[in-house]
Amino acid sequence: MPPLTFRAIPRQAIKQGIRRHIRRRIGSYLLLLCAVAAPLRMSPAQTLSRSDFANKSAPSFARMDLNGKKMELSAYRGRVVLLNFWATWCAPCLIEMPVFVSWQSQYGSRGLQVIGISMDDDAPPVRRAYLKYRLNYPVAMGDEKLGELYGGVLGLPVTYLIDRQGKVIKRYEGAVDLKQLEREVQRLLAKR
Amino acid sequence: MRYALNRFAAAFFVLALVCIMSSTAHAQASSTSQIPAADLLQPSELVQILKSSTEVKPLVLQVGSHVLYAQAHIPASEYAGPAGQAAGLRALEGRVGKLDRNLFVVLYCGCCPWGKCPNIAPAYKQLRSLGFTHIKVLHIADNFGTDWVDKGYPIAKGR
Repeated sequence: MPPLTFRAIPRQAIKQGIRRHIRRRIGSYLLLLCAVAAPLRMSPAQTLSRSDFANKSAPSFARMDLNGKKMELSAYRGRVVLLNFWATWCAPCLIEMPVFVSWQSQYGSRGLQVIGISMDDDAPPVRRAYLKYRLNYPVAMGDEKLGELYGGVLGLPVTYLIDRQGKVIKRYEGAVDLKQLEREVQRLLAKR
Repeated sequence: MRYALNRFAAAFFVLALVCIMSSTAHAQASSTSQIPAADLLQPSELVQILKSSTEVKPLVLQVGSHVLYAQAHIPASEYAGPAGQAAGLRALEGRVGKLDRNLFVVLYCGCCPWGKCPNIAPAYKQLRSLGFTHIKVLHIADNFGTDWVDKGYPIAKGR
């Protein structure tokens, strides 16, 4: 049996071992902290880039309108489009809509196309409003997918003015200054 | 004859006045201006409450549009139906009917500018009439997008 020998461990090795141990401990404490804190943490705000639409192509979409006809935004290329998100319970929307009806009559032959997207939860009140306000432009039901496609429609009304090339000129949130909007519509209609 | 006409005109005037006053009263009955200032909660205050580890967490109910809720809502809030409609009020009552009347409840909508919101005042009135004592209404000045999402406050998505 070989004699037991005491081999001295270098001091440097001891120091390194202690450091490694401390690092491991800190790492595991951090991991534990993250695991505990994660469920308590509130989800960060997701970016809804509602201000990034100007001068970009209007996102294309296709829907069935209230009359069962297919409505595609791209089909209106070459026309100035006023895309209006509204709802039957939205008081400012109901003030704007009769004006949009008159603009559709007045400027339709010059190339204006108003499109209504209702953000109501159900179609029946929308159909009633469609008849009551004698809407002379296509109206389709919207949903969260379409809202998100347009950067999040998180308050009504929201109106997009789109030029003949399909580019968003401006996004109007809330009740719009109708005189200013009409001037803008006229300006775009004058452009070919 | 003239006397009769005058009486008719006077009666018509009084009737018109009564109609105008009653319609104004009706409009005010569901107006946001009837919610006491003490029961209003600013978005930044609610964020602090939700973040705090010590404060009691309220039951947060969205009482407006489901489509808007699906796009973005306050995390852990529940959709309770559009309180501006009878069906929505019934849904709200169904949700809170069996709850403790001292429960801390926060109502919010944000579909429209504060003064035009058709949902928030009826919801508040409904909870008061059901006997809830600790209600706060989130004061959303313009809409949920501007006053919550754009400020970078936390959101969740989905129905």
